[in-house]
This record gives sequence, C-alpha cells and structure tokens, in this order.
Amino acid sequence: MTDPATAETLAGARETRPEMPPPAHDAAPEKPLRERILDVMALYPEPRSAIIPALRLAQEEYGWLSTEALEAVADATGFTPALAKSVASFYDMFRLTPAGAHEICVCTNVSCALVGAGETLRELERQLEIHAGQTTSDGMFTLRTVECYGGCGWGPVVSVDERYHEPCGPEQVAGILQELRGDGA
Amino acid sequence: MSETTRILLDFEGDRRDPHTYEQAGGYASLRKALSMEPADVIAQVDASGLRGRGGAGFPTGRKASFLPKDRRPAYLCVNADESEPGTFKDREIMLRNPHALIEGVLIMSYAIGATSAFIYIRGEYRTEFEVLRRALDDARSRGYVGLNVLGSGYNATVVLHRGAGAYICGEETALLSSLEGERGQPRSKPPFPAVAGLYAAPTLVNNVETLASVPFILEMGAEAYAALGTERSKGTRVFSLSGNVRRPGNYELPLTSTLRELIEGHGGGAPEGRTIKAIIPGGSSTPILLPDQLDTGIDYESIAAAGSMAGSGAIVVIDDRTCMVQLALRVAEFYRHESCGKCTPCREGTRWGVDIIRRIEMGEAAQGDLDLLLNVCDRILGKCLCPLGDAMAMPVASYVTRFREEFQRHIDEGGCPFAETSPIASLYHEGAGAPA
Repeated sequence: MTDPATAETLAGARETRPEMPPPAHDAAPEKPLRERILDVMALYPEPRSAIIPALRLAQEEYGWLSTEALEAVADATGFTPALAKSVASFYDMFRLTPAGAHEICVCTNVSCALVGAGETLRELERQLEIHAGQTTSDGMFTLRTVECYGGCGWGPVVSVDERYHEPCGPEQVAGILQELRGDGA
Repeated sequence: MSETTRILLDFEGDRRDPHTYEQAGGYASLRKALSMEPADVIAQVDASGLRGRGGAGFPTGRKASFLPKDRRPAYLCVNADESEPGTFKDREIMLRNPHALIEGVLIMSYAIGATSAFIYIRGEYRTEFEVLRRALDDARSRGYVGLNVLGSGYNATVVLHRGAGAYICGEETALLSSLEGERGQPRSKPPFPAVAGLYAAPTLVNNVETLASVPFILEMGAEAYAALGTERSKGTRVFSLSGNVRRPGNYELPLTSTLRELIEGHGGGAPEGRTIKAIIPGGSSTPILLPDQLDTGIDYESIAAAGSMAGSGAIVVIDDRTCMVQLALRVAEFYRHESCGKCTPCREGTRWGVDIIRRIEMGEAAQGDLDLLLNVCDRILGKCLCPLGDAMAMPVASYVTRFREEFQRHIDEGGCPFAETSPIASLYHEGAGAPA
C-alpha cells in the first residue's frame, strides 16, 4: 500500500486540487444520430471538420466504432467509411473493438508513476481479475493504461467513464468499483 | 519565500458564474478593446511582453502581427490540447476562470479581425469542456458572443471543438490538421499558420493561458503587467508542480521567482525523509536539472542558461528513491506511443530508444548500448518536421549524461539496483502489465 512519502504528496494534492463541478446531465438526444451529425456539420466552414465530433456521436450511440457505426458516420457526412476509420484509428479515445460497460483508465505517465500509479493499477488488476487492456468476462469493465491525462499534480489519475478520480491511490479502488457495481449499469 | 502573484487563479467566489466575473471587472477589457483600433490592441499585447505559455515562448503580440490584414477569412484557434506530461495549468484555468479565456479569445479575435474562433480542447477534458460550454452559453446570452458584440458591429463566432486523444495535436499544425478532420499529423513550415493555417486561411494559434492573460493586460495596462517579470520574461506564469513534493499543484508566480521558491517555498520540498534527486523544469520533453540548480530563475532565459527549457511551465520533482533508467523508459515509451509516424527519425528512433532503455533496465544491455542510445538521440534531434522526436531525444540524452554512472550500473550489474525501491518500479517488475 501507499508508502509514507507518497501518502504525504497525495495529502497535499487533496488540498490544492480545485473542486470539480458536478457533471452536466445532458438530456437524452431526441433527434436521430444522422440529424445530430448534420447539426454539428453546420458549425464548421468545411464539413470534414465534423468528422471527429461525428465519430464521437456514433461511438456514444453504438458503444464502439463498429462497421455499422462507421457507415452511419459516412452516410451522414458524405465521406467514405474507410476515411472515417482512418481518422478514428489515429485517436486514442475511439474504440475500434467492443468495450465493457465501464471504461477505467489509469494514467501511468511520469508524474502519476512517481506517486504510485503502478500500485493503483495493480490493485485494479487484482480486484477486477484482469490485466490492463482486457475486459472482465461479465462485460462490465474494461481496464486500460493511458498516457498523461493532465492531472499530474493531483495524481494518480484514474478516469472512469471520462470522469477523473484524483488522487486515486490503491486505497480508493474498492470504493470506486463498489459504486460502479451498485449503479446497475 | 515570495508571495504568489495571482492574476489568473487569484479570486474570491465562483468565477464560473458570469455575474461574479463581471462584478470583479470581467468583460470590461473586451469593451475597452472594442473601442480601440484592432492594431492598437495588438500593440498593447506586444508592449506587455507576453510570450506564449504553451511551450515555445514566442512573443504573442508579434505572432498576431504576422497575420496579413487584407486576407479574409482569418481564424483564431485556441490550443486547449494541454498534453505535455506534467502540465495541468490550462485545465485549472478553464475550470475556475473560463470567462477569462473566453474574454481573451474575443479580444484577440477582434484584434486580428477573425471571422471565427475555434477552441480545440483535448477530448479527455470532459468536465472542462462542459464548463466552457456553459460559460460560452452564458457569454452568448449576455451579448459578448454573437452578432454585433456589445453594439460594436463586430461579429464573434466561437466554436468549441473536442479532440479525441492525441498528444501531437498540441503541435499547432497538427492541431489544424485535426480540426480539419484529418489524422493529427504536423505539416511542413513554412508556410506558417499566420499565412496558411486553418482551411489555408491566415490563422493565429494561441494557448489557453496566453489568451486568458490578455484581459488582465488590457485592464492593468501593458507597463504594469510587464513590471511583474524580468527584462525579457514578463508578467506572471502558472507553474504546474508535480512529482515527489509535499504540496503539488498549480502556482501562479511572477517570472522573477526561482525554482527553489516554487519547489521548496510553495511546494514544501521533497516529502519527509526524502531528498531531491533531479528536476524536470518544463514538461517531460525538457532536459533534466540537478538539485544544485535550484536557485535558477523560472523565467525562460534562466532555465535556458541552466541547460534546459522553460517549456510548458511543468515542473516535476524526482526524489532519491527514483530510478533514472525507469524514468527514461517511461518518457521514451510515451513519445514512441505519440509519434505520428510521418517522419522516419522520430518513428524509428523513438522505438529504438525504448528498446535500448528497456534492455538496460532489464539487465540485458551490452557495453556500448549507452553510446548507441546517445547516437540514436542525436540522429533524431532537429531532423523532423515537428519537435516530437526531439522531445524524447533531449530528456533521454540528458538523463544519460547527468546520471551516466547509474545507467552503467544497470549494465554492469545485469539489472536494476532500484527494482524494489523506485516508485516507478511496479510498472516494470514483478509480473505483467507494463504500460502500453
């Protein structure tokens, strides 16, 4: 578990980290995906700029960028599925394979590693009984290691479904998993 | 220990609330700017001595003056793709002072005659995206964004654009590629974005902190702002302090401060019982400094004179438990992962770097591998379109140079002497799951 020097750093981080506002509760989309993509395209002088936002909308709708999802993007934007996939494959946040219901990302970059991200990762692996890069057999959790998430002074940073938990030492892992298991997703 | 001089981060109350921001003088600078000639606004920024806070430190006023005045459309792009490891200052500015950024965007958009502004925020910053989206809606409903801003006749369009995870998109030409819906690969310069940027139109790309500083410059006056710094590094800067210190966090300091004031004064120094072994002074891409350099100033020139770079203002403290080979491996793996693959020296060289350092850490290296590693670094440096490869080569070469004995010990002893004590060790030893 966390050694005294690291514990002191994490205690300092808890003092300096700004209070995060609560997540925005966006209403469930009323329009079909295609219309939402067309709305985004209207924001840009050139329609191709909407590719990344369109891919995000499709991923939210389908859970991952399946052939079906990429075709939906292509259909709405007028670009080919191959072009959509070539863009998607460049960016870390796009999933080209199916993922678990909850995505847990552990930053293992320098600042987080210096304050025990490795121990946090090990604890997640132990409790989920998977290695980083894998999904639990019940399809509930996907665990990933990621590069710098921009929470360096408040690390280790663990992001759960795009929300940051900072600082997240091994002691915090059980509580996070319990909450996720409790919400019935 | 000096007092913090807090402009961007010093305030009472919740400045996400537009009313609170206005009560504190917010958006007065926008009014003032709209009453001035655009060229005079740029002249004010130039006179303040403000330099880019993203990493390169280029004078902001001069950069804005490079845009041709007679070609339209022109665009302002905000680089909110904060990704340099160790850096988390733009995030706090956006979270706590979003209207300062929006006001700065509007002032600079007006100054360069931009048709539209695009805020490119990294995809991982979801909460920050939501804060900005809300702040933009508030600014729109109060007449700061939209047609005929505050009755001035100026039309301001601001589009908030989320990235999707790619370090390289913090490089300005890669950011533009990404914003145009492409893979985020850098472009050859020249032409510079000022001449042929977004959609080949004149484009100004500025960092979040840079733009958020602009309203304060107009409010306090260029001279007062400049007086907060040194001869060539003006104003305040937000430093991101992380690693093995007692109180990590963001600290806004005048550029007359020193590393010691930041690390020991504000950050409380190394944790109890530990000593400082090394300091990364400007993000993970910068050469390392040693504890006997703690009295170095935190301004651009002083850190350069000490043999490194002020970079993104991210200072990472490394204590005596840490293995420098593991640190080098982590840094090298990161840049290999983020290399876009366009230029051969970076694509191949970062892979070579990782392979050699891994051999050293695992005790599989041969005599001569240290020189091979330095050779690889040298073959990357300055040989690519963008500095990503350099961002691996510079720090790694500095670790080898400054801690050569420690690297050599790994080779001689056939393994890592710190395999059980270094805080990074659990990523590499005892079982599977090394970072991707």
